[in-house]
Amino acid sequence: MFLATELNLQNYKVQGRWRLLFLVMTVLLILPVLVILTLLVVRGGGAISWEFLSEFPRNGMTEGGIFPAFLGTIFLVSLALVFSVPLGIAAAIYLSEYAADNWLTRAINLAIINLAGVPSIVHALFGVGAFVLFFKFGTSILAASLTLAIMALPVVIVATRESLQSVPQAFREACWSLGATRWQTIRRIVLPNAISGILTGIILEVSRTAGETAPIMFTGAAFFLPFLPESVYDQTMALSLHLFVVSTQVPNVPENLPYGVALLLIGIVLTMNALSIGFRVYLRNKKKW
Amino acid sequence: MVGLDEARHSLKADIAVRTEKLNLWYGTFQALFDVDFSVKRGIVTSLIGPSGCGKSTLLRCVNRINERFGYVRTEGKVDVLGHDIYAPQVDLTQVRSRVGMVFQRPNPLPVSVRKNILFAYQLHHGKQSSKAEADTIVEKALRDVLLWDDVKDRLDRLATGLSLEQQQKLCIARLLPVKPEVLLMDEPCSALDPKATETVEELIWNLRGDYTILIVTHNMAQARRASDECAFMLMGEMMEHRRTEDLFLTPTHQKTADYIEGRYG
Repeated sequence: MFLATELNLQNYKVQGRWRLLFLVMTVLLILPVLVILTLLVVRGGGAISWEFLSEFPRNGMTEGGIFPAFLGTIFLVSLALVFSVPLGIAAAIYLSEYAADNWLTRAINLAIINLAGVPSIVHALFGVGAFVLFFKFGTSILAASLTLAIMALPVVIVATRESLQSVPQAFREACWSLGATRWQTIRRIVLPNAISGILTGIILEVSRTAGETAPIMFTGAAFFLPFLPESVYDQTMALSLHLFVVSTQVPNVPENLPYGVALLLIGIVLTMNALSIGFRVYLRNKKKW
Repeated sequence: MVGLDEARHSLKADIAVRTEKLNLWYGTFQALFDVDFSVKRGIVTSLIGPSGCGKSTLLRCVNRINERFGYVRTEGKVDVLGHDIYAPQVDLTQVRSRVGMVFQRPNPLPVSVRKNILFAYQLHHGKQSSKAEADTIVEKALRDVLLWDDVKDRLDRLATGLSLEQQQKLCIARLLPVKPEVLLMDEPCSALDPKATETVEELIWNLRGDYTILIVTHNMAQARRASDECAFMLMGEMMEHRRTEDLFLTPTHQKTADYIEGRYG
């Protein structure tokens, strides 16, 4: 009684092989991440110091710190957020809460998803054409942030739309049946429940934008500047471009310098991601339905 | 002129909802066929019929909530209290303050119990003038649905944390402060267990008189014990509408007889 048959055993064997395959794939996936992190910490950890963070590069960028690049990245990302977040959220609210579900809306949604897949170098060239040349912003923080914003927009829209749509339809129906307008429904019920998802999307977007190189290298990021930018019409250094420069363009850079820059960049990204996860957990615990 | 209007109104005063030649299409699918239906004021009228017969659709015409789908087309007339609610000058917010709706799945808003009650009130009256006034409104509404004693100590907790029975009572309670005339209920007990169903049914019966109640149900026993009049629908048509006991004891249509005896459904 209750003993495995030949067929049962065969099934278990097959199941075991698949399990092993999936496990190996997972390990293969995690391995590079671990190797990269370890390498960065081992080789670049020594470069990180207060001077590294707070000083200008010296001696043909082979010594000194990365302060202007660090600050420049913060400028670029913040300004890109100022442009993309209000626009993206407003567009997502319109598309998800107001627009009728017809072929035009679906076409627009499809276009937005495709826009998110456009290579960043294409965004860069668009930025040069539109902001640097046509609007005559020149290569400047403004042009570079706008280019980053355009690149970030579809992601903000998609993240916002998804979190709006994760709010159960029943809540909207309840509001409407009580006589609420669309806006009252959005303002008082939908947004408060979607906000955690929207914020998570935005924070993730920050981390992505911070690492982008192509969109800013033709539109506003400089190889080297001995002073800080004074207005949005000036150029700036940026961490991602600085990493590219010290790794490939400048001779005689001590080995730990590019690793240090990379470690800092990845540190910013990981911190942002961790913040976003923590924030989401915090907000999720506050709501219940 | 006003006198005439009032006279007409009082003539129709015993009818709360009347539909005339009501037809409705979802895209190309016709869900209602020439429905003529009158709901008397102050009693409980139940709508029964097999799934897909159009009873929920008919219910949803009475507060025009069907229209949120762009592909719904409605023809014919729906009068509430003698006024055509599909007339062009009619304001949807006003319709919904006079015609409240309770859904199949309890759907309290994900805010506190207190805010749930005050939500509709504030939509229609603006913010109430004082906290005392708000407290009075909340207590009155919760007492009316026999929920006050259960939740008086957790008015500021999330309404979505209540039991299903309490949630459904709350969904009824939040309609009351705006003083609706008609309460539409779309299978209000189908998500509840038998004990909860019993108490919600009792509640509905208690509200009768003060409100005109139109209730869609799949549960024939419920229609039988908790409604004054009963209407049977089939394939988008109104088959018969009579006093509940007459409909169940001596149905005039063979189809009605077959349905209430459970030969199809």
